[in-house]
Amino acid sequence: MKTASTEKKAAGKATSKEPIDILIVGVGGQGIILASRIISQALVYAGYDVKQSEVHGMAQRGGAVSSHIRAGEKVYSPLIPYDSARYMLSFESLEALRYMSYIYAGSTVLLNDQKIDPPSVASGQQQYPPDVIERIKKKAKDVRVIPAADVAFELGNERVVNVILTGALAGNLPVSRKIWMKTLSELVPAKLMEINTKAFERGMQFSNR
Amino acid sequence: MKQLLTGNEAIARGAWEAGVCFASAYPGTPSTEITEAIAGYGEVNAEWAPNEKVALEVGIGAALGGVRTLVCMKHVGLNVAADPFCTLSYTGISAGLVLICADDPAMHSSQNEQDNRYYARLAKVPMLEPSTSQEAKDFVKLAFEMSEKFDTPVMVRVTTRISHSRGIVELKPRKSLARKVFKPDPKKYVMVPSNARMRHRVVVERQKNIAEYGEKSPINAIEPGKGDIGVVSAGVAYQYAREVFPQAHFLKIGLSNPLPKEMVRKFAKGKKKIYVVEELEPFMEEQIAAMGIAVEGKSRLPEIDELNPDVVRDGFVKKRKPHKADVVEGLPNRPPNLCPGCPHRGLFSAIKPLKLVIFGDIGCYTLSVLPPLSTHDSCVCMGASIGMSHGYSKVGGNTTQKSVGVLGDSTFMHSGLTGVMEMAYNKGSNTVIILDNRTTAMTGGQNHPGTARTLKGEDTVSLNLEEVCRALGVKRVFRVNPFEVKATREVVKREVSIEEPSVVISTAPCPLIFKVKSAPLAVDADKCKECGACLKINCPALTKRGEKAFIVDYLCNGCGVCGQICPFDAIGVPASK
Ligand SMILES: Cc1ncc(C[n+]2csc(CCOP(=O)(O)OP(=O)(O)O)c2C)c(N)n1
Repeated sequence: MKTASTEKKAAGKATSKEPIDILIVGVGGQGIILASRIISQALVYAGYDVKQSEVHGMAQRGGAVSSHIRAGEKVYSPLIPYDSARYMLSFESLEALRYMSYIYAGSTVLLNDQKIDPPSVASGQQQYPPDVIERIKKKAKDVRVIPAADVAFELGNERVVNVILTGALAGNLPVSRKIWMKTLSELVPAKLMEINTKAFERGMQFSNR
Repeated sequence: MKQLLTGNEAIARGAWEAGVCFASAYPGTPSTEITEAIAGYGEVNAEWAPNEKVALEVGIGAALGGVRTLVCMKHVGLNVAADPFCTLSYTGISAGLVLICADDPAMHSSQNEQDNRYYARLAKVPMLEPSTSQEAKDFVKLAFEMSEKFDTPVMVRVTTRISHSRGIVELKPRKSLARKVFKPDPKKYVMVPSNARMRHRVVVERQKNIAEYGEKSPINAIEPGKGDIGVVSAGVAYQYAREVFPQAHFLKIGLSNPLPKEMVRKFAKGKKKIYVVEELEPFMEEQIAAMGIAVEGKSRLPEIDELNPDVVRDGFVKKRKPHKADVVEGLPNRPPNLCPGCPHRGLFSAIKPLKLVIFGDIGCYTLSVLPPLSTHDSCVCMGASIGMSHGYSKVGGNTTQKSVGVLGDSTFMHSGLTGVMEMAYNKGSNTVIILDNRTTAMTGGQNHPGTARTLKGEDTVSLNLEEVCRALGVKRVFRVNPFEVKATREVVKREVSIEEPSVVISTAPCPLIFKVKSAPLAVDADKCKECGACLKINCPALTKRGEKAFIVDYLCNGCGVCGQICPFDAIGVPASK
């Protein structure tokens, strides 16, 4: 039987790891779950304790989806506390605004510029917020816009948007290229590895590390 | 070897490592993936049962048959299985039987947030509450040991955040066990009153022994810290509390029924304050308070919703001041919706103009309650639609506003048969619509007794809905295609006007599960008169461009329902395609 204290001792042997909290948000069906798995697994390979949590009960039905990834020497809560997500990766523009409580002044927000109209916008009852970036900047200055759909179009496969965005976040994380490639090859089907590697690398160009 | 596993995957792995040979379940979020995962292990015979009561009964049989058995369900599933559960406690088991019960605080995907820890007390069954994926695996293995050691079913209670969170898990090999041969023992297994009276004594004695075991086992642990505050916690709440009180003394409870009362007493001694951090009800708090120990718990934490580090910090340390940018007023919501091409949209579009009272049920179709479709008047529990519409019509409800009961095919298998039997037997006059999309869509597309496939993917018999309804005594049984909107409307309109019980089976496969897709449609802007009728069916592919309706072609499934709703014939397959 493992108790929390024995787990702590085991984790203590690893070299010191700064905690990293990552929040990924978007819309059901955008591939957030795969992106979360790639990032969590790579962080495990890089020697972190990792917890990842999402609610996917109705994810496929077009609802809002969020996934919490927490890495560090020892992680307790699977949920990120407010004001502490080092990175927020938003797969859809306005979705970032739903989770503003989680970011802080020093957060980096990676924003896919894609817009998916919620039902009330589609039916003309509400307006799509025109000032997403300005609103995020009221709390966190570092906002980077990623034209993932355009890049995917250039690459000739609209389904790699999630891997482009994963790459954009990946470049910021203390994980080696070798680990990213190993993780990708384990989690994407072999016949799609080539296009996904390209997508991942194009995504990485958006991070400034 | 170490792997990143969800709590659900870890439970399945733990059961497999413990030598489990049989598993039975009915799907239900957040428990569904446990059974899907365990079905992937060749050594385990895993089945979908038609409902949770049957799943548990099959499980009891398998355990008496001599193999370690896992039974899984969501919290409300245990309401359905409560009958066998409470008496199974008396009979005990032969080979180990573990019941996984997955609660859903915050109701991410449920109709209520009942706290099933009370079931463990009600049935006097030991209960373990893991707080990580690693513990989920370890506790399931321990649960099997305890089950056989104490001759009892053991409940492992998880919550959505355990089931659907990933954490690092150390994998171990499988334990191989020989099948135990069943030894008939009527005094133990035949619960007539004279035997049950004896067995209840055994149960009370057993709980005492398990309590003693819990005092010594490392499953419950005092984790010394600093200061004069002591925190008692279990399950995922422990992880939140650990984050908020990094230095405090902890009593981490793994076996929460029966509570290790001596340990609690020892822990409380000399501490200025004892905090109980638990999700939902004051389950541990009230028991500890009843021991005469001053505790604080629900005076600081809500009894509703799930906890997280912020809620715990707000309650016990300091209320967080939100940043002015945190809340964006008027941000459009993004509720889950029926998919493009969903046959439920066809059916509800067909019956909406009939202005019926719709006694609904639980499944994807319940999503049609959202405006602008707004076609549900009730949703209580699986199968309730039929009984409710019968009751409503029996007291004359139909004379003011006609009604209909609507439920899905999986829900019909789960608990619709007895309802139909009831309306035929008691001379009902109501109409029931079965939304037969050939799967259990809401929970991700599981097979059921009407899909001709088992959980393991083998071919099997398929229940014939028409024949069953007729056999139950309903003479008026009809099948419709929900994508033929007008024809469907006519059949339902006719049936609700006839004073006889009837069943309308609306058959079309779920496009999400069966990957059904036709060429996308388009709006002819010249013909569109901007009436907005098509937008009222709430299809994700339909939006407005300027004042005209517009179809987003990559979202459109080509089902054609909008085209049949349009009064101006403005929607069709675009000429160029
Ligand atoms: C007692 C109980 N068990 C399980 C569930 C979880 N659950 C909700 S809806 C549903 C089945 C839906 O299938 P079906 O009736 O065929 O409708 P569909 O989603 O396919 O439209 C299940 C299993 C529940 N709510 N209550």
